[in-house]
Amino acid sequence: MSEHIVSARIYLVIFASLMVLTALTVFAASFDLEHIWGPLNAIVALTIAVIKATLVVLYFMHVRYSSRLTQVIIVAGIFWFIILIAFTMADYMTRSGWPGAGA
Amino acid sequence: MAESHAIHHHPALKHHFDNMEQQLEAGTIGMWVFLLTEIMFFGGLFLAYVIYRAVYPEGFAVASNTLDVRLGGFNTVVLILSSLTMAMAVYSAQTGNKKRLLLFLFLTLILGCVFLGVKVFEYRSKFEHHLFPAVGWYDWSHEPTHNPALASQARVFLWLYFAMTGLHALHMVVGAGMLVFLMFFAWRDKYSPEYHAPVELGGLYWHFVDIVWIFLFPLLYLLGFHLGKH
Repeated sequence: MSEHIVSARIYLVIFASLMVLTALTVFAASFDLEHIWGPLNAIVALTIAVIKATLVVLYFMHVRYSSRLTQVIIVAGIFWFIILIAFTMADYMTRSGWPGAGA
Repeated sequence: MAESHAIHHHPALKHHFDNMEQQLEAGTIGMWVFLLTEIMFFGGLFLAYVIYRAVYPEGFAVASNTLDVRLGGFNTVVLILSSLTMAMAVYSAQTGNKKRLLLFLFLTLILGCVFLGVKVFEYRSKFEHHLFPAVGWYDWSHEPTHNPALASQARVFLWLYFAMTGLHALHMVVGAGMLVFLMFFAWRDKYSPEYHAPVELGGLYWHFVDIVWIFLFPLLYLLGFHLGKH
């Protein structure tokens, strides 16, 4: 198993995609999507950020061509980060004093 | 027996690895484990942001509008461009082009410095407007037109802004030092298509710092952007 070399052309395509997505996130943020649904502005911005981060991880950081072991370790780490956010928010948001909570 | 093996080994191969591929694989996993601890390091601040944003939506939107989207956007472009030049530096190392390796490492360093320069400019303007949430904080809650509750909420946002971008900028400074280190050893012909693990792993670090900014930019700068448009 020799090292996979990602071509310069792929790097340029990924860079161009990241630029388009950056322009898109600024453009989307200029609209008041919160009138449609409260968290919509944040959801759009974070979705674009996750797509950008995924492109960087898969191509700039070569994870698409990495070993399964490396990939499993990365996914496990991101999973723990999601636990950090999700479990904490599940606690906060079910407290009676939380803004927007029914009680 | 040991000698017949040893003569075929690359000089950079450590004795506890079977071959160069295994050595690079181990290094890559080690680097990723470090980056995962970095995710949790920044993760605490991201968690604080998520909680306080949910509690203080108005104050956060108002405070977010004190940031300049043009400067933040410019820095986003600069940092993504620096990720491209870093990726090209790794490519140059893999293909054994020393001149290009040095050029791309240098370009990455310059772009990193541009980013930090813009950051210094932004921080200074925050200090001048008394928006640094500690020394010199201008308590605009006493202004008749301002809502005191909103001012203290805005202060939480600005604290998180300085903590998150400050920690990120610190990582950029470390990254710049790393680039100087890589340029020095590249210049000394230490890297070849067979051995360039430090360039590869340094690239992982640089791209990670880029990813952190990819999340910081929309969360900090774009949050109240649509409000300024009214």
